Amino acid sequence: MAEPGPRLPMNMINASLKELSQALAAKQVSSVELTTLFLDRIDRLNPQINAFVTVDRDKSLKAAAAADARIAAGQFGPLTGIPLAQKDIFCAEGWRTTCGSKMLENFVAPYDATVVRKLEGEAGMVSLGKTNMDEFAMGSSNENSYFGAVKNPWALDRVPGGSSGGSAAAVAARLAPIATGTDTGGSIRQPAAMCGLTGLKPTYGVVSRYGMIAYASSLDQGGPMGRSAEDCALLLNAMAGFDERDSTSLERPAEDYARDLDKPLAGLRVGLPKEFFAAGCDAGVMAAVQGAIRELEKLGATMVEVSLPNSHLSVPAYYVIAPAEASSNLSRYDGVRYGYRAPEYGNLDDMYMKTRAQGFGAEVKRRILVGAYVLSHGYYDAYYLQAQRIRRLIANDFVAAFNECDVILGPTAPSTAFRIGEKSSDPVQMYLSDIYTIAVNLAGLPGMALPCGFADGLPVGLQLIGNYFAEARLLNVAHRFQQATDWHTQQPEGIA
Amino acid sequence: MSLTLDQVKRIAHLARIEIGDEEALATQGQLNGIFQLIEQMQAVDTAGIEPMAHAQDLAQRLRADAVSEENRRAAFQAVAPETEAGLYLVPKVIE
Repeated sequence: MAEPGPRLPMNMINASLKELSQALAAKQVSSVELTTLFLDRIDRLNPQINAFVTVDRDKSLKAAAAADARIAAGQFGPLTGIPLAQKDIFCAEGWRTTCGSKMLENFVAPYDATVVRKLEGEAGMVSLGKTNMDEFAMGSSNENSYFGAVKNPWALDRVPGGSSGGSAAAVAARLAPIATGTDTGGSIRQPAAMCGLTGLKPTYGVVSRYGMIAYASSLDQGGPMGRSAEDCALLLNAMAGFDERDSTSLERPAEDYARDLDKPLAGLRVGLPKEFFAAGCDAGVMAAVQGAIRELEKLGATMVEVSLPNSHLSVPAYYVIAPAEASSNLSRYDGVRYGYRAPEYGNLDDMYMKTRAQGFGAEVKRRILVGAYVLSHGYYDAYYLQAQRIRRLIANDFVAAFNECDVILGPTAPSTAFRIGEKSSDPVQMYLSDIYTIAVNLAGLPGMALPCGFADGLPVGLQLIGNYFAEARLLNVAHRFQQATDWHTQQPEGIA
Repeated sequence: MSLTLDQVKRIAHLARIEIGDEEALATQGQLNGIFQLIEQMQAVDTAGIEPMAHAQDLAQRLRADAVSEENRRAAFQAVAPETEAGLYLVPKVIE
């Protein structure tokens, strides 16, 4: 089918969620037409980007027809009929849900994650498919996927970031208006930065983890990845909320995360952690971040220097805590109840050993081994408890900083998107690309990435960090910045 | 600190991941690189600091001990590698 005809009032692949919502409500476009438009783009462009691992046209079109029926019946909400891409970490009933792993290559989820139920079942959004990711969300480049590396739409020889790299590439290439992601150490913010998108990791506990395949449970948090703060606010409105099926879900009244978008920034105190502006960040990234600071000053914000003296310990502490939790969480993949089982084995122990050796990729095995070691007898206090004490110091640094400022600002990543293969042989170099994002997960705070310029033709992401439950404030700052700048509207050339 | 090859093999066994000699050797080098990074923590005096296990200092929520889910055994077993008569099949463990 051809792309929707000239009766459409706008360029649908660049339309905001609000514009799509209005066009759907006014019946200027149907959900089936919109969904077809994006599915056709996926057919055409995904072979070179590899952003989606599973697409099911019939299933998507059926959901779109159901959304159109809801709209025709007048029973719809602001997101009904709008297509989205789901990170393949969210279980979706009847959809293959792989988490980027051979272990789950043929796993068809028998139930919906709460995020899927809320976005698709309740809000009436239409899934375009499941996006590629680093295996079990362990990675910063998307090269750790069993389904192959994702290409950055801005430069096809570069990584899109990770672990939510497929979601980032899908939205950047206009294969989807918006996507879900998850962030354990930067996995929403870092790919958003590298693909020129806006992404939000909410306060830990705001978005349900039920049905979101576990990596490090005390850090994992789902959130939106889109082209603007406004789009992210609208998606978060439908994603967030208390869920009794997640024991760490927070019982809080529902919020409208878009409520403060237009609030003026006069009087806003922006904290600049001196540790984020020291050596270690590429000059091009820093220049773009400095440009964003000047822009925010023009909008009435004042800058204050703050300090996060323990932030350099966030990567070491994270690579104890996250692997420890992962080694426990991933013990469930035993070849018995679901997922891969080795074709040949002797006794039960041999079945476990071969299944896990063949089903997991190299990085996942490394993290399981690190985790098993730091939790083992004789090492628990020196590593695991020490990491948890440092986690407290890192969280306390933020508490002190937020006495001086309303939001914290810095780069999202120390470089723009690096080349495919550039860091894949050195795990530690790869880990350091999350040096500015990890502390936020350890503290459980909300953090955002948004585009603030380019370095050598590649997008640079600004990071904004808020106090607990300050999502609306972060979105407000990001939205005002985006009203005054057009970095977020740039799109990669050659992806038309 | 650095891990010996035997330690690498022992933790691989603890984690139930089969590992050959060549893979163990490559893994040893990578794990030691990671532990070198982790060692930075040891320079920090954390005496008297309460370990932080979780982002929110909240008590675990309790609920009534009542059945809340329906029985979906058939759907859940449909994704299992091998089942028979409602049971998961594994190699024989009792002789």
